[in-house]
Order: sequence, then C-alpha cells, then structure tokens
Amino acid sequence: MRRRYGRHMSMGQGQKRPRAAFGWYNPRVRSVFYQSVVLVSVLGIVWFFAATAQHNLERLNISSGLGFLDTTAGFGIIQTLIPYSEQSSYGRAFLVGLLNTLVVAVIGIVLATLLGFFVGIARLSRNWLIAKLAAAYVEIMRNIPLLLHLFFWYFAVLRPLPGPENSLTPFDGVYLNNRGLILPAPVFDGSAVYFFASIVLALVGSAFLIRWSKRRQIATGQLFPAWRTAIGLAVALPALVWLVAGRPFELEFAVRDAFDYTGGMRLLPEFVALVLGLTLYTAAFIGEIVRAGIQSVSKGQREAAAALGLKDSTTLRLVVIPQALRLIIPPLTSQILNLTKNSSLAVAIAYPDLVAVFAGTVLNQTGQAIEVIALTMAVYLTLSLLTSLAMNWYNARIALKER
Amino acid sequence: MKNPLVALLVGILIGVGGLYFFLPYDPLSLGSGQVDTSSPAAGDGQERASAGDTLRRVKQRGFLQCGVSQGLPGFSNPDERGNWSGIDVDFCRAIAAAIFGDGSKVRFRPLSAKDRFTALQSGEIDILSRNTTWTMSRDTQLGFDFVGVTYYDGQSFMVRKAAGITSTKDLAGGTICTETGTTTELNLADYFRSRGLSYKVLSFEKNDEAIVAYDRGRCDAYTTDASGLYAQRLKLTDPDANMVLSDIISKEPLGPAVRQGDPQWEDIARWTLNALLNAEELGVTSENVDEMLVSDNPRIRRLLGREGAYGEAVGLGPDWAVHAIRAVGNYGEMFERNVGTETPLGIKRGLNALWNEGGVQYAPPVR
Repeated sequence: MRRRYGRHMSMGQGQKRPRAAFGWYNPRVRSVFYQSVVLVSVLGIVWFFAATAQHNLERLNISSGLGFLDTTAGFGIIQTLIPYSEQSSYGRAFLVGLLNTLVVAVIGIVLATLLGFFVGIARLSRNWLIAKLAAAYVEIMRNIPLLLHLFFWYFAVLRPLPGPENSLTPFDGVYLNNRGLILPAPVFDGSAVYFFASIVLALVGSAFLIRWSKRRQIATGQLFPAWRTAIGLAVALPALVWLVAGRPFELEFAVRDAFDYTGGMRLLPEFVALVLGLTLYTAAFIGEIVRAGIQSVSKGQREAAAALGLKDSTTLRLVVIPQALRLIIPPLTSQILNLTKNSSLAVAIAYPDLVAVFAGTVLNQTGQAIEVIALTMAVYLTLSLLTSLAMNWYNARIALKER
Repeated sequence: MKNPLVALLVGILIGVGGLYFFLPYDPLSLGSGQVDTSSPAAGDGQERASAGDTLRRVKQRGFLQCGVSQGLPGFSNPDERGNWSGIDVDFCRAIAAAIFGDGSKVRFRPLSAKDRFTALQSGEIDILSRNTTWTMSRDTQLGFDFVGVTYYDGQSFMVRKAAGITSTKDLAGGTICTETGTTTELNLADYFRSRGLSYKVLSFEKNDEAIVAYDRGRCDAYTTDASGLYAQRLKLTDPDANMVLSDIISKEPLGPAVRQGDPQWEDIARWTLNALLNAEELGVTSENVDEMLVSDNPRIRRLLGREGAYGEAVGLGPDWAVHAIRAVGNYGEMFERNVGTETPLGIKRGLNALWNEGGVQYAPPVR
C-alpha cells in the first residue's frame, strides 16, 4: 500500500516513508479533498434548488404533495385502454395517458424500424428509380419539422373522410368516417381462456421447433422445413381448439346513434395521424442509419459471398446485415428513444397521451406543476432507460465475438 | 491513514462554507424567520417598499409585462403588423398609462391556456390579462389574486345549423372539441355528468387546431366561453352556417390576476379597473377627460385626482386615472370598441352593462 508513494523514497526520506506521504503533497489526500468539495457542492446545489422551490411554494401559498392523485378527475378522455370515467381519480387518468403513450410508441417503433430498413436497403438498390425514390423520401421526410408532419397528416387523414351520416361501409359492422374507423369488438366468453392458451402454446412450440432445427442443421447439415411447420402449427392448434371448445368470442357491432356510433372498437383519426407522422419522420432517419451500416461492411465480404455462390438476397440476409447491425443498433437506439419522446407532441392534434392528459389537463386543474412535471419526466426517463437497457443487451448479444 | 479523513472533513467544510457564502438568502432560518414579503406594510415607507416590489420592478424595467392570449379577437389579438387590440390588451394599456403616463409602455406576451399560470407564478409577467376565469381554486391554491371582472361570460356551444341542434341537451353522445387546460373542459364534464348524458371530448393544445377540426366536421360542437365562440366563428370557412347556442352552462367571470403577496400591486390593478368603470358611470370619456378636469362634481374631482391623494396611496401619481382614461377610454368605450355591436363580434352589453343600466358591472367608489 505504501509502495505507491515510492517517489518520495527516492528523495532520500526512506526512513520516514509514511510521514513524507502526509499533507498536501500526498495525491491521495488531494484527490479526497477535491472530490469531497465537488460532492458537497453538487449535493448542496441540489438541496438549494429544492429548498428554494419549497420556500417559494410556501410563500405563494401553493399546496404541494402527491395527495391530489386520489382526487376525482372529473374530465373525459376519448381513448382509454383501461376502464375510466369522469369519476375516476387523477391517478387513473395518469395511467390512461401513460398507456396511450405506450401504445403509440410501441406501434410507431415497430413500423418505423421496418420502414426504415426497407428505405435504407432501397437507397442502395441497383435499380435507379427505387434508389432515387428512397433518397427523395429521406430528404423530404427528415427535413420537415415533426409538428408540421403531425398537422399535415391529421388534416390529410380528416379531409377525405365523410361525416358519420355518409360512413363508408366496406363490410357489415365496419364503418369509416371522420370520427374514426369503427370495428366490431370481440366479447370474450368462458372458452376464450383455452383459445388464448392454445395460441401461446403454438407460438412457444414454434420457437422451440425453429431453434431445434437450426441446431440440427449446424450439427448434421440436415434441413428441416421448420418455418412452414411452425406456421402450420400456429394456425392449426388454435383452429382445433376453436372447433372443439366452440367460438371463443362473440362480435359486438357498433350501433348508429344521433351523431355517431356507439359500441364496437374504434381507431381514432388522431391516433392514426400521430402514428403516421412519427413513423414516416423517424423512418427517414433510420433509413440513413441502415444505409450507413450496410455501406460500412467491406466490399470484400460481398465478393466472398458471391464467390461462394450465394444469391444477392441471401448475401444481404446472412452476410451483410448481421455485420451491419453492429453499427446500426447504437444510433437506432437513439431514434427509438426520439420517437418515444416525440410522441409527446400528441396534444397538438388532441391525441390523449401522457403529456396531453397529465401534464396538460391534470396540471391545469390541480396547479401542481412541480409534482406533475416531475412525474412526467420520471416516466419518460424510465421508458428511455428501459429501452436503452434492452437495446444494449441486444447489441451486446450480436456484437462481434472475437475468437 | 488519518489524513484522507482530515482532507474529507476540510473539503466538506469548504464546500458548505462556499455554498453558504453564495446563497442569496440565509437558508438556516428557512421556514421560521423567512423574509416575509407578503406581510402587509406595518409602518413607515421603507417597509412599504418591500410590499411594492412589483411596481418598483416595473418602473425600473420601464415597461409592463402583460400576459395575453395567442389570439382571440375582441380580447387580445395581434394584427398582421403585430399591434395588439382587445379588452384584455386595453386593460394592460390602462395600467401602463396609470404608472408611466404612457399607454404604450407595455409588452404583450402571448401565452397558451396551459402556460399562463406558470408564467405569472414565476414572475415572467406582471399581470395576467388573458380571458381567465376567476375561480376559487385559482384564487386560493395557485397563489394569485383576481382583481375584478373585466367581462362577465359563460360557457356555451357552437354547432352547425344544419345539424338541427337547438339546445345543449341535443348534444348527448356527440363529439365536442375544446382547448386543453381550461375551465371549459371541467364544466363540460360536470354538465354532461350531472345530467347522465354521454359525450366524447377532443382537447387540443391551441384553439386554432380545435376550430379547424370543428370546421372539418371532426366534432359536432365546439365549446368555450360565449364571447370566444363569437370570435372564433369569424375564423370558420362559412360563419353563417354555424350558430352559438343560447344555453349558458357555466359562470365565467373573466378577469385579470396578479401574484399574491404584493397588496400594493393588487390595489393598482384593482383600482385601475374600478376607475374605468367609475369613469363610465360618471360620464368621463377619453374625449372629454380634459374638460372634466375642471368639473365641480366631487366624485369626478376625486377620480381625476383634483381632490384627495388616491393615486399617491397606491404609489402612483395624482393623474393616474386621467392617464388611464385618456389612453383607452372608460369601460364602455373599451367594450364597444373591441367587442360591441359595431364590431364584427357584435356582442350586446348584457350582463356587462353598468349596474344602473341593467347589468352587473358595479365598481366601489373612489372616496
């Protein structure tokens, strides 16, 4: 331990080795000193902001605390994934908003990633027209501010749709008008449990089947039509249960009322416009990331694959994309995070997301700015950290393993 | 081994000491002996100055910061050159005139319904004059004081004439567009809930999008205060195909608000409004105010600062009311110029007439 201060030993103080290390010239003392000053300053500043906020809240007679979450909200929300009414609490409204944000974010992320990969690959196509179309898509979409995207798509979705009195009805029970796409809602009865269990069972079974066949192929070289079998299994098993256990659900059709339709399921134009705007905007960025990733894979890899006689599509799937993914995943994570956070622009087109419901209506009705904003920030921070965690785990899994 | 510990202690001491040195106030006496700026003036002029914080800052800055809407014809609306007009805007001009003798020494800050309270709480603006409803929770929990009512309003609905809706009861089951963060949202919920009627609400951040969505047929009705409905109707592609229902579902006394804790500033705002109302009652207008200076009527003489020291009592000059009236006219002039029957809005005085002319506008006397 003391050996660390050997520098002083050479200065002829060998006998008083421990003493010589004392005082300001001891790097350990200095580092502890500086670090404690920094630590105390940071903690002190945080405390100072908190104390100032507390002081001012008291001075201005603004009540604080999270007690308001149990109070009756008293306002309606147009899209609720869990039961909610005007008598529900602010806490319930918070959950409704959170779920609305999540559903937009998840659907947006899936669609934007798919479209982004498609655009990125299309930009590198040898077909001149496809490559230029993809390039034009990227340049147009990513250079228009997202808020304008949302307004454009919202009013673009609304404009051609007829009023509820002239709804488009492609099938019985399906209505399309400027109030949304109204579908029959499934109402589940007792046998639904078996039906869903069979679906889960079929999916798990398929996953195992595919893994097993892959291993066997690596070990023995024998091919097994795993995908076809899996799809057959996923269809056949639930269908069998349906036939044996009877219909698992009834359809509840929407009924025309004075203005609109009641009952059924409903896809709101606001939701469609938000998903459309977020997807098209983010896909342009993802497309560029995918293009950069693919171009980073050296030409030799393609040539080697071609020399082995692999098809273009097989080369892309088995040689290029796996190597490109290592470069694609980290910036892709940023885009996914952006999409989630950008969904907070929803209030501009009246989609009831977390910011619209909680940081909007609830904040205004309660005036609890600090609590409401802190909770909202905590939600986005948690969502972002969880996304990062998942993506980093995936990134570590696909990273190049040096052997 | 002891030395790092000593260094740690010294470091903490210096850190705490340094922080303490830079703090703008004494944090250890927090909560008990805090500097109480809200305590009313108990003695001499020196103490009064601490309560007169807002006026001092406004004078130092040289102009008034006034929070207004992002564009509501008749109340606060910018034209294409950025000149603001409306009742709420004129009220701020009157205060600026009362303080500086010049109604142009005011800057308007457009605020969304959502941001307005935070802007006032944080001191970004000196006064919020933005068609804001005076409610108990806003007065007591947000740390504001409302100084009066510039416009007695009530919530109503705009519908398409072709829809055959004649009263709010016909709206059951309909989709209603509104602006988020307003009392409108809550009134709407209360009204339909108390009658057991169902409804769907679409809350937009800005009324611009809400009104376009209504215009495109996304909703069956658009709701806000009746005055706002008349104003928004002008923005529709075919204003005449739409009508405002005569049912009023709420009381919406719209008024300016100031931060709690500065009674002098509150008095300035309250009495500027009262002065404009009293001026109408006494027949003092922007045109005849100079002739009225020599009036024999003691009520006019007190209002215009010829007798007594009413302006000085709130930290202003004796001519405060004269300047305010000269800048924007009396309340009646302000009303007729911005929303009255001669304007596109065409709103009748109704509740907003003076108390002796069938309305409820009643100002305490200057005495």
